[in-house]
Amino acid sequence: MQVIGTIITTIGTIFLFLGSLGVFRLPDVYNRLQAGTKCTTLGAFLTIIGVGIMNPDWFLKTLVIALFILITNPISNHALGRASRKSGVPLCDRSVVDKANEFAEYKEKQ
Amino acid sequence: MGEIIFLVIIGVAISLCLLRMLKGPTAPDRAVAVDTIATITTALLVLLAFTFERYVYLDVALVYAVLTFIGSVAIARFLEKGI
Repeated sequence: MQVIGTIITTIGTIFLFLGSLGVFRLPDVYNRLQAGTKCTTLGAFLTIIGVGIMNPDWFLKTLVIALFILITNPISNHALGRASRKSGVPLCDRSVVDKANEFAEYKEKQ
Repeated sequence: MGEIIFLVIIGVAISLCLLRMLKGPTAPDRAVAVDTIATITTALLVLLAFTFERYVYLDVALVYAVLTFIGSVAIARFLEKGI
């Protein structure tokens, strides 16, 4: 039990580190948002579940915290991405396609 | 012993996000960095609860997760259309 929990927590902390490395290194708000959402959600989920497995008395409460993070973290990051799109933050100059602009033009044509 | 390694890795992760928060060119950059720090801190609180054998810290982590969710949504709403 102890070994399984330690392995899961290690994977979770490595995911947390990679997510924050992405937030530091990537060139654009949207790329940073992507790294900061996916890696951080999975990393926090695995870390908290791993602590719950290492200490089985706490498993129910850690499951509640992990499920809460799993539900709410994508929602808040989606709201942040939508807000930065609407407040006019430009994409980085290496971006290839911008579907949101195409959708706006398509709606204007109709 | 293992807990110390976890705490060091998470400390490095938080300081990388903090650098991005200090550097970030626009306001949404800083908001994203703060939101990432908040999620990492929730995991850090759970790890601290395991390290110090305190059951109470789990409650702190739960309340912190709720409050940062509300804070992020409020910041996003403010960036989108003002107060």
